[in-house]
Amino acid sequence: MDNSRTIPNTAQDPDNTLNNSTGSAVSKLPSTSIKQRLMSWEFFLLLITAAVCVANSFASPYFLDPWNLSDATFNFVEKAIVALPLALLIICREIDLSVASIIALASVAMGYAAQWGADNTTLLIIGISVGICCGLFNGLLVTHFAIPSIVITIGTMSLFRGLSYILLGDQVLKDYPAGFDYFGQGYVYWVFSVEFTLFLALAVVFYLLLHHTNFGRRTYAIGKNPTGAFYSGINVKRHRLLLFILVGAFAGLAAVLLTSRLGSTRPTIALGWELSIITMVVLGGVNIMGGSGSIHGVFIAVFLMGFVTFGLGLLNVPGIVMSIIVGAMLIAVIACPVLLARYLQRPR
Amino acid sequence: MKTLFKQREALLSILIVVMTLAVATITADFISLANLVIVYNDTAILIILALGQMLVIITRCIDLSVAANLAFTAMVVSMLNSQFPEIPVVFLLIIGALLGMCLGMINGLLVWKLGIPAIVVTLGTMSIYRGAVFLLSDGKWVNAHEMSESFIDIPRYVLLGLPLMAWLSILMIAVMYYFSRYQRTGREIFAAGNSPVAAFYCGMDVGKLQFKAFTISGLLAGLCGYLWASRYAVAYVDVAAGFELQVIAACVIGGISIMGGVGTVLGCVLGALFLGVINNALPVIGISPFWQMAISGAVIVIAVVVNTRAEQGHTRIILKKATLKAA
Repeated sequence: MDNSRTIPNTAQDPDNTLNNSTGSAVSKLPSTSIKQRLMSWEFFLLLITAAVCVANSFASPYFLDPWNLSDATFNFVEKAIVALPLALLIICREIDLSVASIIALASVAMGYAAQWGADNTTLLIIGISVGICCGLFNGLLVTHFAIPSIVITIGTMSLFRGLSYILLGDQVLKDYPAGFDYFGQGYVYWVFSVEFTLFLALAVVFYLLLHHTNFGRRTYAIGKNPTGAFYSGINVKRHRLLLFILVGAFAGLAAVLLTSRLGSTRPTIALGWELSIITMVVLGGVNIMGGSGSIHGVFIAVFLMGFVTFGLGLLNVPGIVMSIIVGAMLIAVIACPVLLARYLQRPR
Repeated sequence: MKTLFKQREALLSILIVVMTLAVATITADFISLANLVIVYNDTAILIILALGQMLVIITRCIDLSVAANLAFTAMVVSMLNSQFPEIPVVFLLIIGALLGMCLGMINGLLVWKLGIPAIVVTLGTMSIYRGAVFLLSDGKWVNAHEMSESFIDIPRYVLLGLPLMAWLSILMIAVMYYFSRYQRTGREIFAAGNSPVAAFYCGMDVGKLQFKAFTISGLLAGLCGYLWASRYAVAYVDVAAGFELQVIAACVIGGISIMGGVGTVLGCVLGALFLGVINNALPVIGISPFWQMAISGAVIVIAVVVNTRAEQGHTRIILKKATLKAA
């Protein structure tokens, strides 16, 4: 099966240069021709996103209003912030299904801390630290015992969520200090919310991290061939552990933003988010089997998902029906390149 | 290898007995025959689903959509029953099983024909099937008073001291035992999971075997759709939400390797019973049901760690033997 996530018949995946670059990790990518760029998965995504925007602006005349667009970003930015590190983890051939449960546990921890009088900075630190601890727990289990991450994180998914149920039961925590709402509801400049600005900045950071550092090249190397990477002197276990911690930390950050936006915590917070976060990553062209993908792809996919769900919201489609569409999109997006390749390669 | 798994299953049985006795020291009634029947009957659905999941996991796939499949068939069967109470329950059971089978086949086809990883397919179909329940029912519930008497009563009918639902699960265990030990397809499923490459060179179509495993898993989920609707006498969108994790946990605890190729029906049943006893014991010893989720999560993690360590040792021995033979 052809696992390459570019449109078939393109000569090369921009990330496939690993085979050519020998040893030295930060090698200049060979310049891709304009035609290849136009045929890339990212460009294809961009076209669909543009089409969705056009369709949305026909569906509602208010869609293109800057404030409306700004409001639209609120319902996907927290997920997108987790999608960035998760993309790195999936490129590295691991997965974390427990992200939504980490968000819940971090939120519960912050809720209790706020009840005991913690201030905003402490809450931020607590949220991220709980995330880091959860990520460390996942990562240690996966790397130390060499267990497939999918199984471990299915387990910790119910473990972390279960812990939030134990801690909180059917209660709700909402005694957050004044000013805590800044993280999730504040604006930096004009229509740019704190969340959205943070996401943009992080997207740039992750772009540089994945595409322009040793760390990023190692991530691809491990994803392409873990054994080969190990024999090339990469500490595969440590790298994966770091990525798990990174995902945990950002899930914690997302918990801060989400809790601040909602102003309350229940154990069911962010229920089912792992599905949409993974969909964002896979939609962005990250190969679920590891080894390829790009941050700019994920960046565009985030907006595609966000605008599709927002557009459906404009059409009064209920949330559970949206989950059908998200689920179908996840499958279709992976199936399409396979089907297209088969169609183009069939004997004539 | 055989002794290892014999040991694991023996260990698991001892654990279950010890746990039951420990609960009995708090509430003596827990080990009364009547209560044990209740506990078994309560676990019957989990056992049946775990049997299907076992085959899927053995082929190196995973089926996250079983609970959504169950919810969908439960809704279809209940709506049919409330609209047309004259349809005999046996037909409803067959309709449910066939419908579940079709849903399982969709998963299987996507995995077989398009080569999409099973986790992605079933993560997607999980939310599609769950959403379909909403589309079908418009968010409404089918309540007990809308169901016919026979619809609710038949799985509860007591035959030789056990309810029919428990008998059905015993039948399924027997069928699956025979299928996985003595049927060609059953053996091939193990072979395909153990080493897909070797299975391919032996002329097996690994994808097709995965498709078959998904089909069986779907069929059993459909069957459980009716059983669930009848047992709880209600069908709504969130029926069995998150139950797929319990099913996978049962398999993992029962020693079915998530890497494929390894597992027994007995282990799978014991894994399900282990969870069943825990779930029934928690309220008895006065632990809040909020603990249930975390406990099953912790049990999955611990079981996987223990299993993997056992398997790693076992692989090393094989390698040593192989090198010895080669030398």
